[in-house]
Amino acid sequence: MDALLIDLAPLLSFHGGLHWTVGFLTTVAIFAIVALGLNLQWGYTGVFNFGIVAFFMVGAYTSALLTLPPPDPGFEDYLGGWSLPVPVGWLAAMGAAGLLALIIGLPTLRLRRDFLAIATIGIAAILRSVANSVEGLVNRARGLNGVPRFLEELATGEDYRWVMLGIALVMLALVYLVVSRLTGSPWGRVLRAIRENEDTARASGKDTVSFRMQSFVLGGMIMGLGGAIFAHRVNAIAPSSFTDLLGTFLVWTMLMVGGSGNNRGAVLGALVVGFFWFGVPLLQEDLPDFLGDRVFMIRQLVIGLLIVGFLLRRPAGLLPEERRISRFVDELRTESAASRLWRRLRGQHLTP
Amino acid sequence: MDIVQLLIVGIIVGSIIGLGAIGLTLTYGVMKFANFAHGDLMTLGMFLAFFIVADIGLAGGKIGPLSFGWGMLPAALFAMAGVAAIALLIDRFVFRPLRVRGGGFITMAIASLGIGIGLRAVVQMIWGPSPTRYTSGINKAVTIFGEVKVEPDQFVIVALTLVLAAAVYVLLYRTKLGKAMRATADNPALAEVAGIETESVRRWVWVLGGALIAVAGIMLALQAQLRFDAGFNLLLPLFAATILGGIGNPAGALVGGLIVGVSQEVSTEWIDTGLKPGVPFVILILMLLVRPRGLFGSSV
Repeated sequence: MDALLIDLAPLLSFHGGLHWTVGFLTTVAIFAIVALGLNLQWGYTGVFNFGIVAFFMVGAYTSALLTLPPPDPGFEDYLGGWSLPVPVGWLAAMGAAGLLALIIGLPTLRLRRDFLAIATIGIAAILRSVANSVEGLVNRARGLNGVPRFLEELATGEDYRWVMLGIALVMLALVYLVVSRLTGSPWGRVLRAIRENEDTARASGKDTVSFRMQSFVLGGMIMGLGGAIFAHRVNAIAPSSFTDLLGTFLVWTMLMVGGSGNNRGAVLGALVVGFFWFGVPLLQEDLPDFLGDRVFMIRQLVIGLLIVGFLLRRPAGLLPEERRISRFVDELRTESAASRLWRRLRGQHLTP
Repeated sequence: MDIVQLLIVGIIVGSIIGLGAIGLTLTYGVMKFANFAHGDLMTLGMFLAFFIVADIGLAGGKIGPLSFGWGMLPAALFAMAGVAAIALLIDRFVFRPLRVRGGGFITMAIASLGIGIGLRAVVQMIWGPSPTRYTSGINKAVTIFGEVKVEPDQFVIVALTLVLAAAVYVLLYRTKLGKAMRATADNPALAEVAGIETESVRRWVWVLGGALIAVAGIMLALQAQLRFDAGFNLLLPLFAATILGGIGNPAGALVGGLIVGVSQEVSTEWIDTGLKPGVPFVILILMLLVRPRGLFGSSV
């Protein structure tokens, strides 16, 4: 998946550096979308999903199957192949990933919180195994090739990468806006109340299981969308493209480092951790052999240590969640001395 | 394949899952969090034994028809001590600070996920990413009746599981330490008030759980092969067995492991082998729907 995502061309020239940066930012945008989905689930609601890559994979395959041309008999064998427009594939990807969340959530979300984590930890491995072994489903281990580009007519050859970057950034902006609006709304306040104390939220008359399900399904749909964008970006997917390390653990690290419960933190985490993850291989040639040979493992070790280190030392992440009681409190805090005097002279009080 | 043969393979695989799940259920019951690094401690156990029998070369003379030699005995002891020590270190520097801070079981579960990722990286760094075996020789299967064949190693796996499970039972129900462990699992605050040093009990639980999972790891390597992600891939069956038997219930974990192992293997009579990994998941989901506290009750 690494090699597919980023062309590790040596950054010797300006052209090479630009080439790498465009690809890198596209990848970060896709990961940031997935991290926003996890932030909705974990950061705001405390819903505990260890199977992110499963939703990502379902989204990628759904969109690919719907937008691909019919399979070439004798060489390929997969469902769908209806050559539908790419946006239709993306919508369907969100639907399919949401359905997966519903199926896993129904038996687990009303139970202890860690049961969802246990139920999701192996789901990606099962999906990979099914995709690899069942004939006539997704072309097995050979994977799906020639997944169409979106808005291909806008640019040709090398220049298309700019179009792809634009698409990824626009989708990230859309997802960011939707998630911010949702989490800033009364609905989002209920989610935070559930995260802090589920019993109190229930005592206030909120159907907490239903709210957690909504958050889990919506977050899953966002992850599915991320997977769909990924499929149309790399144009070829196979079961081995979807590893737990990259699809699940890296996204968790991004959120823990960036700051869970903060949407800007999720995006920042994707950028910072992504830069480390995709940047380290560039150093490989310059490192002494004993390090260079193990660079991928050291990188994985650092990911594990980052999760543990941030939990121990900086549990709120780089950008901690904003504690906001009421906008009137904010107004009071930022009020200038002159305006306070003027307000008092007029005998006005700020009342929430 | 013959259904009796599948049943026997299921019992062997189930013994490994069961033994691994005993360690998992003990830490889950006492520490109150799902340890997602448990599978990777299992991997560490199999490779620590590999360090003695292959890296150092202390293989020893072959024991009868078994695939491994006498060297496996010190290797197993080394692996048990090593995994227990690593588990203690992790508890001291990660889980205890989180516990003191009152981080809650979810924070600890995420920390355990990070530790698991790190352990897998370290195992790959030292022993490489490709699968290997303790010895190159084949373990010739013996025919017990009809078409049914069993490898001599597999007798050892089942017998050792039963012996260790019995030892855990004696420890938990016939010794003072066992009583303290059960009390801490039931109600840590009450146990502390009653004069039990719960922190010391927790350390013993890590030692016990670590030693058991190391043996389970060696068994898994004998049955299949050594791989850096072998333990991680067994995590779902381990948790399914734990929840099936009731969290904190070691006897339940062994029964749960056997149920998961047997149903997983026997199912291949009717379903594609590629769907086999889904069987523990289906058992887990059914159990959560019908009886989330497990067959025999849970202490969490």
